[in-house]
Amino acid sequence: MWGGRSPRRVPLLRVDEAGLADRGRIWLLEAAHVLLAVPSSLVFVLIVAGWPTATVGVGFLLLHLAVPSAARLGRVHRHLAGLALHRPVEVRDHQRPRERGAALLWGGPLTWVQDPRRWLDLAFAAFAATGGLVMSAIVVALPAGVIAHVVLPFVFPGLWWMVLLIPLDLALWWILGPVLCTARAITTLAMFGSSRTAQLERRVAAVSESRAETIDHSAAEIRRIERDLHDGAQARIVSLGMNIGLAEQLLHTDPAAAAALLAEARQATTDALEDLRGVVRSIHPPVLADRGLAGAVEALTVQMSVPVITTADLPDPIPAPIETAVYFAVAEALANVVKHAGAHQAWVRLEHRDNRLRTQIGDDGTGGASLDGGSGLAGVARRLRAFDGTLDIDSPAGGPTTVTVEVPCASSSPKT
Amino acid sequence: MRVVLAEDLALLRDGLIRLFEAHDFEVVAAVDNARSLLETLDAKDADIAVLDVRLPPTFTNEGLMAAVEIRHRRPAFPVLVLSQYVEQLYAKELLASGQGSIGYLLKDRITDVRAFVEAVQQVAAGGTVLDPQVVSSILTRAQHEAPMERLTEREREVLGLMAQGRSNAAIAARLFMSEKAVGKHTNSIFTKLDLPQAADDNRRVLAVLAYLHHD
Repeated sequence: MWGGRSPRRVPLLRVDEAGLADRGRIWLLEAAHVLLAVPSSLVFVLIVAGWPTATVGVGFLLLHLAVPSAARLGRVHRHLAGLALHRPVEVRDHQRPRERGAALLWGGPLTWVQDPRRWLDLAFAAFAATGGLVMSAIVVALPAGVIAHVVLPFVFPGLWWMVLLIPLDLALWWILGPVLCTARAITTLAMFGSSRTAQLERRVAAVSESRAETIDHSAAEIRRIERDLHDGAQARIVSLGMNIGLAEQLLHTDPAAAAALLAEARQATTDALEDLRGVVRSIHPPVLADRGLAGAVEALTVQMSVPVITTADLPDPIPAPIETAVYFAVAEALANVVKHAGAHQAWVRLEHRDNRLRTQIGDDGTGGASLDGGSGLAGVARRLRAFDGTLDIDSPAGGPTTVTVEVPCASSSPKT
Repeated sequence: MRVVLAEDLALLRDGLIRLFEAHDFEVVAAVDNARSLLETLDAKDADIAVLDVRLPPTFTNEGLMAAVEIRHRRPAFPVLVLSQYVEQLYAKELLASGQGSIGYLLKDRITDVRAFVEAVQQVAAGGTVLDPQVVSSILTRAQHEAPMERLTEREREVLGLMAQGRSNAAIAARLFMSEKAVGKHTNSIFTKLDLPQAADDNRRVLAVLAYLHHD
């Protein structure tokens, strides 16, 4: 779930050049682990020794030396685990001591004790110096078996049968290397916060953030609608009432003036309706209510100055809020195609599979689109985040551009 | 002229009946849903059907569907569709048969009573009347496209008014030119858009269609 991409697996039973390169990489990684075991054990010992001796002052110095080192070692280990699994690893910051200056000397350790991540650093230093070291050492040492079984028969001709063990050595090395390396990397990541709790913590943080954004967005949206109605339609209808009232008075004394006022009043109704239509469109485009997403997107493309090919594969109904968000995403992307891309042809593909609504908008234009610089698409991406949706832009300079919008949506679920 | 009316809002329905009767139309029937409209048209003789896009039960685009259905049963039967908002896509669907006698207007246009009554008469007479809003969006779009680029600025103006269902005389008055000049422009438009020789009204429809179907 979190992080999305699953680690790349090294095929264990396939023997080829790429596999050999993988084994080489793994050997180097594990060699680095073996080397790191030395500082790890040192740091562990220093921290363990630091706490009891803190009472006499020396321990404070030991802790200030060892605890940050443990954190640094932890980072290096996580980085190595990321390399082993071919996936990005997030590194979260430790809690910062609040004290400054001399108070930091004893205030720092106080913060460290309360930070669960510091305890993980310590536990990991222990693991790197013991079980982890064993795992890595096996991987590093395995090729030595091959060397031994080549060299020994040369030195002691009586041990010629050892040559027969070489294929076994090679097979062990080929298979155990990736297995142990992956196991170690997974252990590292599990200890360092890929645990279920940590995942949920991050998920909650992400949800809270997107909820805050959504609330901000909705509040701003309501203010905008209120302002539009107040300054637009409402004001026009007031002036309309005034003009009709005035016309009523003038009807008998000055019919010509009354007629002019009535004509003005009629124009005001048209303008008021136009304002109201604008507001309605910005909230929920009527065509979307009439035709659903596929029809609404088609209605959008009909009025484009660039020919647009639309394909839709939407077997199930889509929840209305998601439909609206995706519609505005497509509208924004298509508007960008017209404004910036200089394209001759564009396409929109709507697909609803495996409880995901996937929408792609592409063009054959000049490319170079991005989410930076306060573009409309950045706003759309924020809006989509409220639904756990994502917006990706693939737009190399020179084109072509593809905007991909993905929103999880279980259409059959009654909850959504 | 006999009118059948389908509008679900009583206020608007009564207003339209009053408006039609004030202009010597006979309102044969005024109904509030699409099914009754179709039944009425089967039972009674009428010259034109005026209907709202949103009708019960779903209040989406039953009116539009009904219009297409009416035209399917009785090709070229005059239908004027009114809507709170207009979509180019819907105009395209309405005009798909290429037979004219179609109108598609914003409800706002009713407030300009004279223009609205003219529009009803135009549609009943076999003409095509598109809302200025649809026309202007088509024209903006058309400016970037090849066959339309052949038209001069003036010709585009004429075509725009033509799509709104105006007669040559009305176009002449609006653009401050002689009726003869309008005739010259329309002929040149038909030539530039490669439209076949046919009844003038029908060619007007085709010219508008040429815009809409330009993909």
